[in-house]
Amino acid sequence: MSGALQTIQSVAGNDGQQSALISNLFEIFLGVTGFFYLVVIVFLVWAIVRRRRNEASREPLLGRTLVVWVGIVALTLSGLSIATWLTDRSLAQAADRPGLQITLTSHQWWWEVRYDSGQASQVIHTANELHLPLGVPAEISLRSSDVIHSLWIPNLSGKEDLIPGRTNSMTITPLHAGIYRGQCAEYCGMQHANMALDVTVESPADFERWRAAQLAPPPPPPTAPLARAGYDYVTAGPCASCHNIAGTPASGQVAPDLSHVASRRSIAAGTLAMSHANLVGWVSDPQGVKPGNAMPNVPLDGLQLAAITAYLETLR
Amino acid sequence: MTALMSPRDHLRDGPELTGEALDRRLARTWRRQPGLIGWLSTTDHKEIGRRYLVTAFVFLILAGILGLAIRLQLARPESGLISADRYNQIFTMHGTTMMFLFAVPVMEAMAVYLIPLMLGTRNTAFARLNAFSYYVYLAGGTMIWVAFILNVGPDAGWFSYVPLSGPEYSPGKRVDIWAQMVTFTEVAALAAAVVMTTTILKQRAPGMSMGRMPVFAWAILVVSLMIIFSMPSVALTSAMLMSDRLVGTQFFNSYEHGDPLLWQHLFWFFGHPEVYIIFLPATGFVSEIVQTFSGRRIIGYPAIVLALVATGLLAFGLWVHHMFATGLPRQGYAFYTAASMAVSLPAGIQIFCWIATIWDGRPRFAVPMLWVVGFIVTFVIGGMTGVMLASVPIDLQLHDTYFVVAHFHYVLIGGAVFPLLGAITYWFPKITGRLMSEGLGKLAFWLGFIGFQVAFMPMHFLGILGMPRRVYTYQPGLGWDGLNLVATIGAFAFASALVIFILNVLVSLRRGGAAGSNPWNASGLEWATSSPPPPYGHAHIPVVDGPTPLWTHEERLPVAYGLRVEQREILLTTVVDAVPDVREPSSEPSLWPLVSALATTALFVCSIFTPWALVIGAVPVTAALIGWFWPKNNDVKPEPVID
Repeated sequence: MSGALQTIQSVAGNDGQQSALISNLFEIFLGVTGFFYLVVIVFLVWAIVRRRRNEASREPLLGRTLVVWVGIVALTLSGLSIATWLTDRSLAQAADRPGLQITLTSHQWWWEVRYDSGQASQVIHTANELHLPLGVPAEISLRSSDVIHSLWIPNLSGKEDLIPGRTNSMTITPLHAGIYRGQCAEYCGMQHANMALDVTVESPADFERWRAAQLAPPPPPPTAPLARAGYDYVTAGPCASCHNIAGTPASGQVAPDLSHVASRRSIAAGTLAMSHANLVGWVSDPQGVKPGNAMPNVPLDGLQLAAITAYLETLR
Repeated sequence: MTALMSPRDHLRDGPELTGEALDRRLARTWRRQPGLIGWLSTTDHKEIGRRYLVTAFVFLILAGILGLAIRLQLARPESGLISADRYNQIFTMHGTTMMFLFAVPVMEAMAVYLIPLMLGTRNTAFARLNAFSYYVYLAGGTMIWVAFILNVGPDAGWFSYVPLSGPEYSPGKRVDIWAQMVTFTEVAALAAAVVMTTTILKQRAPGMSMGRMPVFAWAILVVSLMIIFSMPSVALTSAMLMSDRLVGTQFFNSYEHGDPLLWQHLFWFFGHPEVYIIFLPATGFVSEIVQTFSGRRIIGYPAIVLALVATGLLAFGLWVHHMFATGLPRQGYAFYTAASMAVSLPAGIQIFCWIATIWDGRPRFAVPMLWVVGFIVTFVIGGMTGVMLASVPIDLQLHDTYFVVAHFHYVLIGGAVFPLLGAITYWFPKITGRLMSEGLGKLAFWLGFIGFQVAFMPMHFLGILGMPRRVYTYQPGLGWDGLNLVATIGAFAFASALVIFILNVLVSLRRGGAAGSNPWNASGLEWATSSPPPPYGHAHIPVVDGPTPLWTHEERLPVAYGLRVEQREILLTTVVDAVPDVREPSSEPSLWPLVSALATTALFVCSIFTPWALVIGAVPVTAALIGWFWPKNNDVKPEPVID
């Protein structure tokens, strides 16, 4: 497919083994159905141009042609069904030996991410981002805490729903390093449009570096006066009742984990790019940026706002 | 000239009573009573059909305006034109109105108007039920639109997935109003389906065996049976949703061993057949138009009829293709892939037969035929994408994206609205006695056809570029901006075409050329009546001896004599061969359908607020039905044909 379709959120990206398999199948379908479309159009144009005048009706010939047409269409559909089945089997085989276990829980309107491990000290908690090592099949368990959502990272794989009371699963085997974007695909309420996920596919070495940074012991409270004021507000004020920041008194469990928030590419599930100005905008007016989301507007004066953002920016 | 019924003690039509004298007598018996009461109590299928049609078009205009609002919002990234909350109501109302209040009812409307004329009978079966159906539909549509204007419009999408639509995540009354609107349209559609099934099976003109029925009648028969088999499923599930929301049952709550997927199964077991309930009547229009304008009988009539029946059956075996991403067992998916693809076989048969008929005929490309050509060119693209979406892996990528939005607008607008506009142009002279303007008709066609492609073709690419459906905003830089702008421009072009079409209707109502009874030289019985048809339809019941009666008998149709003229009487014939069977009284006009519909409306609306409405509201409904079915002092009883 053409280069114009190669974006960070495109079915034509072919950046995962799964999406590449599906693209191949799609191209077969496009070719075959496109051919049949041409046949229909040619027949239609011929019928219009022909405008039979006085020659005799050729109904018996058309009857025989109909039988042939039905046979060809039936055979083609069978072939497409078999191609579908073969691709489906390849997709199932690609899910055989996962090298990474991730549990993804959807909330209105953000993604809770947990990298699972047998050892509790090796478990990573983060939100609205996925880091995946190149070439390693990652099995993602999909759960929902509220309504039905759907995880879709088109460059890497097809979508799968997250349904309350069920655990679904999706396996992704990234083929190309790069930055991709996923988005909720099942309408899930007011902010369905702002429920995205940043995906980074990197070399195993880079992935290990990221993992190590996430697992590193939490830093001590900042010493710079402004950031320290922010620390005091965030860990003792209203923020702490919902958010968790490792190594601090902030241990809320209902909102995105902020332990490494400044290392992420975006704010509020892909709503804003990560930047100082956007962080200020988000903290001061979350309901204006993303109306209806669970984070309330907390009255803050200019100094408090500056302090909070200064502290959050230390959480790398 | 078959005298099936001998005139004896009652006045009947026959060689002695014919021509103007008969027309006068019949008109007196079948006419509407004067005044408002007469207007509200009519049971004439033509009046009910016209009202159904006009109402459905009002809903088309309303939902179309919402469609334009959606396109305006999405014309550029991060548009602040419409708030998230309002937008979600708007797209929900757009889908709900188009599916439940326009597409299905407009097909019922055409059937209610045309079928009795096509079959050569005086009125539908259960004429009062027909009137009841219309009033209930009108009430349901009015209720949801009033709610929307009052900012309590539903906002959970036209298929209202639980638990989003459940009590916890949709507090307030928005979803209840949606669910009750579904109840209204179910009742209306079931009533219309029963009326149509009975009319088609029992009221065909003598000699119109099943093999001689117009293709449109076949389509309506199949669709009516589909409604009867599919509506109970959505009735059940919307009742379960209401009960979860109103009295605290837990059908869909996974934490209490309910299941959110139960909703999806039950909804799509109705929802997929619904698409064919919309599409099959449209194929009926196409068959009628192609036959008339090609000047020869449709090629492959048995194949087309079998294709209709096959589509109707297959429609019930592929609902799971809406659920490929829900994680159901993969082996089961293979069945639904095959079944979904199999639907393109009957569709392919119909397409072949239409083109073959044009190929072998002497086609005239008047406006209805232009819409048919536009239909084939457009619908087959929707068929292609449908085959793609039937494939599980491809669907996992494209499901719930703008690719799907493109797909279903190609099959619903290209596949159903284009034929509908052609059909309205085609039958307009029959309904009004005047022809629609050919110039405005061609302008509307070309602008509509091109505008449609400009609006919806880019959406395929938006889906491939990862744009999910139902988003009220999107960020720049994802390659969506330009395509969305183009789609918006196309949508406005398409809407302008509809405006021109409607203007054409309004202007032609007053200034259109006189049509005569059969302006297109068509072959069906409906063209044997005058235009517009008198309240009693055909003066004498025609007798049919072939599939194209007006082409076989250019001068004069053979007719049957002996129906009463002083009372409303219709002729029933046998189901398969249409041999005259029984003479049956037909309903007199009555206010009871309206009263019953009002009582039903009160019950439905109040039950949004309290479950006790079901108990208390049952009293007026029962009273109204007692009034409706009160035995009549009527000496007219069903009688065998030969006395």
